[in-house]
Amino acid sequence: MCLAIPGRLLSMAGDDPLMRVGRVDFGGVVKQVSLAYVPEAVIGDHVLVHVGFAIGILDAAEAGRIFDHLREIDALDDREGRREIP
Amino acid sequence: MSRDDDFRLACPLPAGAGDTVQLAHGGGGRAMARLIDALIRPAFADAELDRRHDGALLALDGPAAFTTDSYVVRPLVFPGGDIGTLAVHGTVNDLAMCGARPRYLSVGLILEEGLPLAVLRRVVASMGAAATASGVRLVTGDTKVVERGKADGLFINTAGIGQVVAPAPVGPAGVEPGDAVILSGDIGRHGMAIMAAREGFGFETVIESDCAPLAEAVLALFAAGVTVHCLRDLTRGGLASALVEIAEAAGRAIGIDEAAIPVADHVLAACELLGLDPLQVANEGRFVAFVPGAEAERALGALRCHAPASGAVVIGAVKEGPAGEVTCRGALGVERIIDMLSGEQLPRIC
Amino acid sequence: MRFRDEYRDGRAARTLADAIARTVTRPWTLMEVCGGQTHAIVRFGIDRLLPPDVSLVHGPGCPVCVTPVEYVDKAIAIAGRAGVILCSYGDMLRVPGSGGDLLAARSRGADVRAVYSPLDALEVARRNPRREVVFFAVGFETTAPANAMAAYRARQEGLGNLSLLVSHVLVPPAMRAILDAPDNRIQGFLAAGHVCTVMGYEEYLPLAAHYRVPIVVTGFEPLDILEGVYRCVRQLEAGRAEVENPYSRVVRRAGNRTALAVMGEVFRVIPRRWRGIGDIADSGLGLAHAYAAFDAENRFGPVALDREATGECISGRVLKGECKPTDCPAFGTRCTPEHPLGVTMVSAEGACAAYYRYRSIPARSS
Repeated sequence: MCLAIPGRLLSMAGDDPLMRVGRVDFGGVVKQVSLAYVPEAVIGDHVLVHVGFAIGILDAAEAGRIFDHLREIDALDDREGRREIP
Repeated sequence: MSRDDDFRLACPLPAGAGDTVQLAHGGGGRAMARLIDALIRPAFADAELDRRHDGALLALDGPAAFTTDSYVVRPLVFPGGDIGTLAVHGTVNDLAMCGARPRYLSVGLILEEGLPLAVLRRVVASMGAAATASGVRLVTGDTKVVERGKADGLFINTAGIGQVVAPAPVGPAGVEPGDAVILSGDIGRHGMAIMAAREGFGFETVIESDCAPLAEAVLALFAAGVTVHCLRDLTRGGLASALVEIAEAAGRAIGIDEAAIPVADHVLAACELLGLDPLQVANEGRFVAFVPGAEAERALGALRCHAPASGAVVIGAVKEGPAGEVTCRGALGVERIIDMLSGEQLPRIC
Repeated sequence: MRFRDEYRDGRAARTLADAIARTVTRPWTLMEVCGGQTHAIVRFGIDRLLPPDVSLVHGPGCPVCVTPVEYVDKAIAIAGRAGVILCSYGDMLRVPGSGGDLLAARSRGADVRAVYSPLDALEVARRNPRREVVFFAVGFETTAPANAMAAYRARQEGLGNLSLLVSHVLVPPAMRAILDAPDNRIQGFLAAGHVCTVMGYEEYLPLAAHYRVPIVVTGFEPLDILEGVYRCVRQLEAGRAEVENPYSRVVRRAGNRTALAVMGEVFRVIPRRWRGIGDIADSGLGLAHAYAAFDAENRFGPVALDREATGECISGRVLKGECKPTDCPAFGTRCTPEHPLGVTMVSAEGACAAYYRYRSIPARSS
């Protein structure tokens, strides 16, 4: 459920926030989506799109956390001498 | 064709030089003769066709391949081609998959009353151009007109005859463990082009169909002396269906590597947006070839010289395993079983 | 694709899987709520990477699956009426009613159209002012803001020919129903990350506290799911029962305020029947009274819910996480995507369909 895809906001149009639309680049396909639910979005943001609506804005800083966590796990492997076999 | 039109009795007498197909155009009389002479025959420009006989008289040297296909695509015109392009390339490609040089095509047109003549003009022009590009002749044909509502604008049947050039029979029976599976190019374009055009998904990026003639590329394989065990062009159901059909017919197992399968960025993005699997999306200008593993490099070299197959790659191999099983190694290194498409492919929210 | 490809890295996935294996000391049973997560798990073979002590049970996270058969029948009946255009998400078109699905209705001449977005249904209504357009508005909370906007705009524009057939369901009441079941064996949850994008995760705090289960807000890519499992088992091993949010790149605790505001205006919470599970109080959304004029049940008659029919299909038990698709005697033999006995096989997101399409081969020596 809830198939939602991240894309980069290229441009916006519309004055009324609930009617605002934007062109979003999904890594090769550009489509117009509703920006009604991301009034704070600015051009260049990555938004999460579900059935033609942006429902959230991706936070790049938070996005990196899982990789910090992975580095911790890797470091733990090194210290304990357990290296993951590729 | 709009279904809101009121029911009208079709007058058998032509009202004059209209701009749509009338029932009279299929009646076998003057109106039909005019349609064929003025609109269809010039587009196909063939001496045999111009003899205006019931059938074509042909000469063939040696074994022949024979195939037929009907084309009912909607919309009739889409980015990268139209139903006419499909009708010629599709049958040309089927002949190529038999290891034959395509030579002659027949054309059967079923026109819906009310089809704009401009559309018909465009479609037959596409067919003429496609035939010329493939070196095939459109030598015989038939035209029928059905009442409004009985055809989606236009249906086409093409049958084709080709000259077999393969030294040995090409088909699933020849597939053996150790064979390399070669894919001629990136997948998913045609199906996504049609879906985007038909359902009006409003993609700003135009996805073009990959509809293309494959005969030259396939003939190059034979010319290079490659042992070709099996060929299959990918159509509805995509790469997955083609591989499953071959595996089942051959009683073999096939393993492919997801990382090796080329998908254009915009096609992949469209598939992700709609929740579709690129492996099951339709293609019209791609094929798979099964050749002995040791000949894979030579096969790739021969194919890549021809534009429709310039992106040819090895995507997997025939292996020991349960008959009919096709597995794919995914991004995480885990293998999953590939199935044929079940029913119509629909976008999902889930 | 940025924010997607990096979460599919194979080496990183194996690192997380190994970390999970090192963490578990005994068996744990987790439920992933969302059908999209089930799809990803089976497609990428994530369950094959997990240690045998960790069981993933698939929850009722497919709105298509849990839509009562009577709603499908109603949609078919409405579509069959002269002049009506029925717009629906693609997934719903193959869900069986009591006598065929919407695709079958289309083949009999009904004007049934698949749409990607509710905005497309609005456009169909604008372009066909003389025809009744009905939008089959199903979904979880993720889809509610979009469906709400269709009704909101229709009312604003005075689009009198559009109505919505609403069958919306909410996730937390379903989780509560599962946890309340006497034979419940679910010890931790991977909460649906996109539901939480809309709703936030405040409502899970009392659930975690009351039932003493860890609830981890989880995304949909392989690394997200593995991270979710890792956080969950780490809590279970430590005896903790908290709400965690590793999907913080898109989920905020308070959710999406604008979406919640529009949903609050257009919808109200109502009881809902869940196909295969039964009636759950306060578990669904219906149109608010101010939007009654746009309710298809007011224009075409209410949906009458009968007693649940029983049969060979055990999709209800699969939806509740009581058993896996492979436990069903009909799985893969009498019940396949070609000839489905129940919704979990019909819907592309259904657990049974996901298992069937992406089933992994048994481990072999390579």
